[in-house]
Formats: sequence, C-alpha cells, structure tokens
Amino acid sequence: MSEEVLQQAAPGLIPGSGTARAAKPTRLSPSFISWLQAGPMMLVFLAFFLIPLAFVVIVSFWDYNEYQLLPAFSGRGYTDTFEGCIAQLPDLCTIGKTYLKTLKLGFMVWAITLFIGFWVAYFLAFHVKSKTWQMGLSLLCTIPFWTSNVIRMIAWIPLLGRNGLVNSGLIKTGLINHPLEWLLFSEFSVVLALVHLFTFFMVVPIFNSMVRIDKSLIEAAYDAGATGFQTLLNVIIPLAKPGIVIGSIFVITIVMGDFITIGVMGGQQIAAAGKIIETRVNALQFPAAAANAVILLTITFLIITMMSRIVDIKKEL
Amino acid sequence: MKEGRPRSFYVLATFFAAYVLFLYGPMIAIYVLSFQGPQGGLTFPMNGVSTFWIAKLFQGTGIVDLGAAFRRSLLLGIIVMIVTVVLSVAAGMAFRRKFRAQSILFYSAIASLIVPSIITSLGISLEFRIIDDLIKAHWNENFETSMGLLTSGLGAHLTWTLPFGLLIMFAIFNRFDPRLEEAARDLGATPWQTFRHVVLPIILPSVIGIGLFGFTLSWDELARSSQAIGAVNTLPLDLQGLTTTVTNPDIYALGTVISAVSFTVITLALGTIHMLNKRQAAKGSDAGQGLV
Repeated sequence: MSEEVLQQAAPGLIPGSGTARAAKPTRLSPSFISWLQAGPMMLVFLAFFLIPLAFVVIVSFWDYNEYQLLPAFSGRGYTDTFEGCIAQLPDLCTIGKTYLKTLKLGFMVWAITLFIGFWVAYFLAFHVKSKTWQMGLSLLCTIPFWTSNVIRMIAWIPLLGRNGLVNSGLIKTGLINHPLEWLLFSEFSVVLALVHLFTFFMVVPIFNSMVRIDKSLIEAAYDAGATGFQTLLNVIIPLAKPGIVIGSIFVITIVMGDFITIGVMGGQQIAAAGKIIETRVNALQFPAAAANAVILLTITFLIITMMSRIVDIKKEL
Repeated sequence: MKEGRPRSFYVLATFFAAYVLFLYGPMIAIYVLSFQGPQGGLTFPMNGVSTFWIAKLFQGTGIVDLGAAFRRSLLLGIIVMIVTVVLSVAAGMAFRRKFRAQSILFYSAIASLIVPSIITSLGISLEFRIIDDLIKAHWNENFETSMGLLTSGLGAHLTWTLPFGLLIMFAIFNRFDPRLEEAARDLGATPWQTFRHVVLPIILPSVIGIGLFGFTLSWDELARSSQAIGAVNTLPLDLQGLTTTVTNPDIYALGTVISAVSFTVITLALGTIHMLNKRQAAKGSDAGQGLV
C-alpha cells in the first residue's frame, strides 16, 4: 500500500532495490535509518496535528460552564450550535445561514480564482516560450505569497475607503455624487481580498499540470483541424484537470476555514464558519468551538472527497 | 507553425499584466503611503513626504511594543526555518526508500496543509490547556502554562511549513539521478560522505528554497498562531489587532517594515540560489542541470 502510494506520488523516488544493500556492511539497518530520517517529522505531525485533531473531536463532546472545561460527556457543544434549528423550520437558523453564506463566498471566490488562475497559468505555460522568462514571471506571481496576508488586506484600504482612490476618482469624473459605501468592509471587499490572496493556490497546480502537457498533442489537434477553442476544450482542459481540482481544493478549503480575511475585510461584521469558531473560543466556550470545528472539518472533508472523485490526487503531487 | 505571435498572446499578456498589477498595486500603494508627512492621513493624496511614521514605530511611542514583537517573530521565524529545512531534507531522504508508515506521513502532511488553520490552532490550544490542567492537578498547583512561542507556537507554525518542505523535497528527488550516489559508493564513500559531498551540493539551491518558505511562511503566519501562541503576540498578530482601530498611517509603516524584512529574506535567498546555480553550471558536470 505505502509503496504504491509513493510510486504514484513520486515516481522514480524508489531506486533499484539492490542499490541500498550493495554498500559495505553498516551497523545500522536501512529501516532503522528511515525511521531516524522520517521520525522527527512524523513526531511533529503527531504532537501538533494528529493529537490536537483528536482533542478537537473529544472536547467537542465535553461539557462547559462560563469559565472552564468540564471533562464529562455532553452533547451541549452541538445542541448549543444548532439551537433553534428545528423550531425555526422552514426558516434557516443562524448556523444554517452562516454556512450557506460561507459556501456562497467559497463558490464566488472559487469561480473567480479559477478563471484568473487558469488564464494566468495558460499564458505562462503556452505563450511564454523562454524558460528564463517563464521562471521570472512565475516568481513574480509567487513573491506576494511570501509576504504578509494582513498587509495585503489593509493595502486595499487606501484604494477602497470612503475617501479612497476609487471613490475620489469616481466622484471627480462625476459618475457618482456620494462615496460608495459597499466598496470596503463589505462582502465585495471580502471576495476581492480572498481572490487577491489566494489565486496563487490556483495558478501553481494548474501551471504544473499544463507544463507537463506534451506540446505535440496540441499540434496534432490543430493538424487534425481543431479550432483553438476545440483544442482548449478537448485537449488542454482535460489534461489540466488534475491541477484544476487540486487548486480548487486549496481555494475552497482556505475560504471555508477563513476567519481573518473575512474579519478584517468584512469589518468584523460578516458571519462565517471560521468566525464562529473564533467567537466561541474568545468566549472560552471550547466545547462549542470544538463542535463547530468538527462540523467544519466534516463539511470540508465531504467537499474534498467529492472533488477527489474527479481526479486521483496522489498521482499528481 | 504560424509566424509571429498570435492575437491570443497579446490578449493574455494584457490579462497577465493586469493580474500582476492587481497583485502588486495595492501593496505598493501602502509602501508609498507609509512615507506620508506627519499630517498625512490614511489615503491619497500624499500630505508631504517624510519618514515620520516609520521613525515613530521605532521610537516605541507607537501603539504596540514593536521591538519585542519584532524580535519574537524573528526568533520564531529563524527557528522554524532551521527545523523545517532539517526535518524536510531528512524526511525527503527517507522517502527515497520504502519504509513502514510512509503513507501515514505523506497523508499527515497533505492533511496538515488542507485542514483549516483555525481547527489546527484550536486543537493545539486545547492540547496545551489539557496538559496544563494535568500538570496543575498532579504536580504543581502554581504552574502557569506550557503554551508559548517556542512550544505551541513553534508546533503550530511547523504544521504549516513542513508540508511545503516535504513537497519541495519530492520535487527535487523526482529529478535526482540515483546513479550519482551509486558512483560515490563505488568509489568507497560512506553514506554520510555520499550525502555531504554528492547529494547535498546538488540539492542545495532547492534546500535554500525550503528555508525561504520556512522563514517567510512563519514570519507572516497568522491563522495558526491565533489560538496557539500563548500570552505574547507575534508581529502579524499585532498588525491584525491594529486593523480594527486604523486612524493614521502608522499601520502602513508597520506593514512596510514587516514587508521590508520579507523582501530582504526573499532577495537573499533568491540571490544565493542564483549564485549556486551559476556555480553549478560553471564548475559542476551536466549532472546538476535542471535541478533548480
């Protein structure tokens, strides 16, 4: 099982089986060395990812009062979360509305980042012929990823604020009389900032899939009489699908769990799945926070499962 | 093939240029605005040009204790960088052989990348709270907390940087020619000598890339730190705290200072990678080609 996964994940990593043992006798067995090499990273994931996730699930079934955790089984974290959901039917309760809103945000950001990411990757992969230019331009797209997200968020304030560049420009040209209020601290600015921050996660995997496409396939399509559009639809998109799916998984999971961009760009006024968790933690209601985390995790997992049906992710990394 | 560039090239080149402008434009706007005059406000036009707001940050009369947060973030970033490089290279080497539990490690890394940060952060904070409660109950009643910058904070950052490190290592060894190591072994090199004198020099540019990811991702990390950092704040957390009460350009000045560190590290790393690649091209055999 593990070898098969690795062969798919990174073909060529496993060298000929004889090579490792051909060396002169050493005191350490190969499997022991592997453990030494991989063990530390495994321990970090165990201590700071797997065990914490287990605690999230466990604590979501604990009880709580105003100031502390009570380690006794209780469904209160969940019942508090879904409070009024049955009574209010057929209307959606708060949690339902919040998740619907988060999904809506996720869908909008996904659609826009997919469009931008696809064409940026397409340009880099097919129109930029020189390797040096390709690398330089890819780097240009990557550098902002190495800089602070918060700074890239507040960078919109001087542009979109009430007296910002956009509003003052529009007023000067006489298109509007009063500054537009919906530009900043609104759903619009949240979507804009999320697109601004995370299109990168779409560009990289799609570009990766596209550069692997054999150029002769495209020429063959043209030679066989396909139009540019037909080639795009029947050759390039199917072959770039793995990158599209991986990028989509990244973008959707990021938006589903986001609370910082939505908080800062929404003026702390927009409810979202990630923000519920933050609010609960700030109120020291850890089991309720954990219950919300479990719900969010389940929904995220469902989305990923649905999407990975389309493509085998292991093969593509 | 047709001569010259097709019309679609110009359309897409314009689109790409617009995307780059969209990426950089707003950032550049705040770098410029952080040099507002003392009377300047949050938006254009500039009200004079000065280093008033940046100087104010360093005088410590600003809103946050910038110096302390700056040192904390720098310390954490450097430690995260070192740990990420060492653990990623080691684990990357391990993945070249079959070993038990390697699929568990692989899936843990991918899951750690994809599971929403707030959940990981919450989990770590719960874990440390429970550890604290155990210590208080069984050993030391006056114990305060085991949460902190270099315990829970470090762990939280590593769950974000290690997957990137491991994926970069996969990319390196996908293109690595194992015959080079066989040759070294045939010449009598020990495993450590093979690694030190053959493998490491070839993969070094990419290893610096891992370090670049390690430092910059930690330096700017926010979501995972939010619940897991303990009592003290890192620089991005302070910056985020300021966003709710923005009234004057010192927030831009802080942004510019943080970015300046990022850009210094990026330039240093890319410069070193470039230099190493040139040296490999000049002095190495063709074995190192394509290992960027």
